[in-house]
Amino acid sequence: MKIDMNINISHLARVEGHGDIHIQVKDGQLVDAKWSVVETPRFFEVMLKNKSLDMAPLIVSRICGICSISHTIASIRAIENALLITPPEKAQKLRLLALYGEILQSHSLHFFFLAMPDFYNSHSAISLMKTKGEIYEAALRIRGCANFICDIIGGRSTHPVSFCIGGIAKTPNIEEYTYLAENLSKIVADLEFAAETSLSLQMPSFERETEFVSLKGETNYQLIGGSLMSSDGVEKIENEYLAMTNEYTVDFSTSKHARLSRDSFAVGPLARFNNNYEFLHPEAKKEAEKFNLKPINYNPFNNNLVRIVECFHVLYKSIHLIEQLIEDKSKDIVSEYSVFEAEGIGAIEAPRGILYHHYQINKKGKIEKANCVIPTTQNNGNIHHDLSFLVKQELSANKNDKNITHLCEMLVRSYDPCISCSVH
Amino acid sequence: MEFSGIPLKKLRAAFFDFTSCEGCQLQILNHEKNLPDFLSLIEIVNFREISSDKRDDYEIAFIEGAVSRKDQIDRLKDIRKKAKLVVSLGTCACYGGVNAIKNNFSIESMVDEVYKENKPETIPVQKISEIISVDLEIPGCPVSKIELEYIILCLALGSVIEKKKYPVCIECKQNMNHCFIDKGSLCFGAITRAGCDSICVNGGLPCYGCRGPSASVNWMSLKNILIDKGITEEEILEKLSLFNSLNEVIKDEN
Ligand code: SF4
Ligand code: SF4
Ligand code: SF4
Repeated sequence: MKIDMNINISHLARVEGHGDIHIQVKDGQLVDAKWSVVETPRFFEVMLKNKSLDMAPLIVSRICGICSISHTIASIRAIENALLITPPEKAQKLRLLALYGEILQSHSLHFFFLAMPDFYNSHSAISLMKTKGEIYEAALRIRGCANFICDIIGGRSTHPVSFCIGGIAKTPNIEEYTYLAENLSKIVADLEFAAETSLSLQMPSFERETEFVSLKGETNYQLIGGSLMSSDGVEKIENEYLAMTNEYTVDFSTSKHARLSRDSFAVGPLARFNNNYEFLHPEAKKEAEKFNLKPINYNPFNNNLVRIVECFHVLYKSIHLIEQLIEDKSKDIVSEYSVFEAEGIGAIEAPRGILYHHYQINKKGKIEKANCVIPTTQNNGNIHHDLSFLVKQELSANKNDKNITHLCEMLVRSYDPCISCSVH
Repeated sequence: MEFSGIPLKKLRAAFFDFTSCEGCQLQILNHEKNLPDFLSLIEIVNFREISSDKRDDYEIAFIEGAVSRKDQIDRLKDIRKKAKLVVSLGTCACYGGVNAIKNNFSIESMVDEVYKENKPETIPVQKISEIISVDLEIPGCPVSKIELEYIILCLALGSVIEKKKYPVCIECKQNMNHCFIDKGSLCFGAITRAGCDSICVNGGLPCYGCRGPSASVNWMSLKNILIDKGITEEEILEKLSLFNSLNEVIKDEN
């Protein structure tokens, strides 16, 4: 069929931030497919200049309202790596627990509120809530509990207040731990119910071989620090992150793109799953098997299902970690430090993928130079290239522009782009 | 429709995001315990972050974020024309917020530093009320979800919104925190409007004033106390610039 198509989606809905999709087809042939980020830059790296170290995590937290804990922890880690500070083990455990909470919060926000309506041809969770009440009750309990972890550990779920350079400012008391543990155990059933329902969701069939980048698991499904790896065999230490990201600008997007061994690469749930599958909690692996997911998986739509798999992982890990924390009677939660001229990098797995903060610190203890590389920035190139492939595949299956528009939107959403983050 | 037994008229509301982190909008979805109830108060006709429905027949427009690009000015003016009531949601919208740290740098050098080529267009950060008239301001970085619910309930009921007049210190004392100023550190709780339950101090941070000034403030006297405690003018200015929410009081009294 020789058809023409002009798909222009301005400010795609149900994603964080502003991005546009442009597809142009002439005589049945794809002429152009673009993922173009039109978000307003905020210049966080410049804002950090000459700021005191304690201000840095507070400022960068505001890069993103959904993953503010990730930014805070990455920022603190960069400073601690620079100044050779080792935070007490208990503080490290609490940070990890907060990150689990944020992943659970962010993944459940995305899965139920942003992605799910697509699978039921609905415009929003608000309308879907009326017909799928039970799922949303479960979803709200899961999110409630996830935010509760973040509130208890971070002092507030959005823009935490309790993390500090050297450790953490306060620890939960035994009542809070017990209450948390009880609530987490209760939502296991909710998550199982949600997963059960999701088994019937049909992920569009699409595959494009790509490179996956994440932290490298050694003994764990690594989320904070350590080495960096790609599924194409590249391995670097945390400090060599620039060799993993290779950012460059393009003329159709205010967000930079990134590349490694190929034109683009992917970070995020599917990348972590593909690279570190063996370290997933057994209950998460069981869930993956139910979804028929095995590494290495090249269908980006499966990011949706892997989010559920990772929810199981962080939920069970959190319950276990709280048990450990209850036993941990140590009072040591902050390490002292002194300031000198130094440079440090902090890499962590934010909900949407690997995130880097890099600071140069001067003698006076002020930030001299900063660089932040955001998960979505790394994914933008991959989304962009996926779009052309997807459109070509659908054209050869004689799909009309309505189908193609819907699929393109779903594709972008499956990456859960955090666009205002990517143009920080 | 009823909320806790009271009959209500459903307001048509729209949520718009400008230059921001979208954390304030997120507080609406963070109403896990009573989200369906909360959503029954308003009819959301436009909320891009969670819905692909898009209608222009809204009565209230909630604006999150500040202005930092020219095209946003026209977008704002258009919203003002359509909405009966415009609400600035969050510190970015009310004061410029963290975004406004940018205004201490020259635009050109900033763009050059981050972008080697394909340089984007950007202007100094402005709060919403610098561009259009605003009917109600709800500051907070992020806004307090409890306060937000209270305000939306008042709007739905047509009742008067009572903002707390007293400063964060009152809440902080009730929470029995060890005072930062007593410890010799900086805190702006004494001149900042309460309503957040002193959440930062409870968690280990001083209050940097994200909610803007309380009803009556005496900046000079707080400043003198801080200087007496050995805090430098430079540190005070740096900390004031985090949210840029107390600019008016410092300007008035300096
Ligand atoms: S006020 Fe704070 S939380 Fe709200 S949008 Fe601005 S930066 Fe985000
Ligand atoms: S810590 Fe800050 S908010 Fe609390 S009482 Fe002291 S000055 Fe006021
Ligand atoms: S304590 Fe101060 S900075 Fe923190 S939320 Fe309240 S007003 Fe804002």
